[in-house]
Amino acid sequence: MLTKYQIAQRIAKEVQDGFYVNLGIGIPTLVANYIPETMNVVLQSENGLLGMGAFPNEAEVDADLINAGKQTITMQVGASLFNSADSFAMIRSGKINLTILGAMEVSENGDIANWKVPGKMVKGMGGAMDLVASAKNIIVAMQHCSKDGKSKLLKKCTLPLTGLGCVKKIVSDLAVLAVLPTGGFQLLERAPNVGTDFILNATEGKLIIEGEIPEMQFD
Amino acid sequence: MINKVVASAYEAIANISNGAVLMVGGFGLCGIPENCIAALLQKGIGELTCISNNAGIDDFGLGLLLQTKQIKKMISSYVGENEEFERQMLSGELQVELVPQGTLAERIRAGGAGIPAFFTPAGVGTEVAEGKETRTFDGKVYLMESWLKADFALVKAWKGDTAGNLIYKGTARNFNPMMATAGNITIAEVEHLVPAGTLDPNQIHTSGIYVHHIFEGKNYEKRIENRTIKS
Repeated sequence: MLTKYQIAQRIAKEVQDGFYVNLGIGIPTLVANYIPETMNVVLQSENGLLGMGAFPNEAEVDADLINAGKQTITMQVGASLFNSADSFAMIRSGKINLTILGAMEVSENGDIANWKVPGKMVKGMGGAMDLVASAKNIIVAMQHCSKDGKSKLLKKCTLPLTGLGCVKKIVSDLAVLAVLPTGGFQLLERAPNVGTDFILNATEGKLIIEGEIPEMQFD
Repeated sequence: MINKVVASAYEAIANISNGAVLMVGGFGLCGIPENCIAALLQKGIGELTCISNNAGIDDFGLGLLLQTKQIKKMISSYVGENEEFERQMLSGELQVELVPQGTLAERIRAGGAGIPAFFTPAGVGTEVAEGKETRTFDGKVYLMESWLKADFALVKAWKGDTAGNLIYKGTARNFNPMMATAGNITIAEVEHLVPAGTLDPNQIHTSGIYVHHIFEGKNYEKRIENRTIKS
């Protein structure tokens, strides 16, 4: 099974040269660490920055420069700043090439739930609903099962939805899967030393296995 | 030039009374009107409706006005990081309307632009869509959302001039520019107040027409929620 760092490392392979990318809070934030420096990628932070750089050193810390997770950050060369309405205008109009975010549940038709657990966690959706409703390409970073072993890749989500039919790909601690437009999770890659039967058992939704499924490769 | 300057936060908020609808700028604790919040706390005005992306933390930002139960209703996109908020929300003391962040920004922008409603895909098929009109454009379903306006908008900028023109810094801009346009009365607090003619008109983010009162704030704490250093 993959660590959260390995999930981030595997997702980083989906990022292409010239992409504008929005990274959600949690594992998605870690993806930035694995994007090769030779690649020209611009990270968008929905609180109003394109060209998010690394975390600052002590001397660079600026209270007026944070990311959507409220962490202090720096700006890349070529960065730009804007207000929240402009930020979501570029999200809604499809200018962002790739959105990477976490999920509590994904259904076999690509519905995603990641903002609310009724009676337990009611912190708000932040920008997640806007992002999933408009992104052309969404990759979800998630644990395949809950701590008590229940599958989070379902026929139908049980938690309040964030968006409908929007997830294209999932990288979990067990596998890489594509969500097919016709419905179903197509198994693309297995985590090292994880068998297809194990993944089948951990997936409540329809799992499609065609031919030999390769193991993920890490450089 | 129309002079917009007032002496203090206390003077700026003098006409805010119980039950007012306020917009309060900022994302997290970044770009919040610290001086106006402190003045509201001191004056003890209650029954407030606050439209703000977040609700501060327990002991700073709007969290201060939650502790004193001055806020009746919050309209926000994300309210984590605040235990008192959660307690009041779950007990029913506080009314909360959660709005997707982009929809919140656009509803405020629409309020300031004289546009009563618009269609967005955010929230279609979710509980956000309950009771709202939907319509299909080019084969995709969109949700109708309405404008937001406020009795008073409280915004924070980096620099401002005596004519009310504002320049923001870094990501402290966030919701402030739209809120400045959507307040019936807009109060701007700035770190540096300069005479009109000092700022380059090409660099102004918010035109002075939107600002009714401006003052130079004092003792900015500019707290950082998540100080993260390169490892």
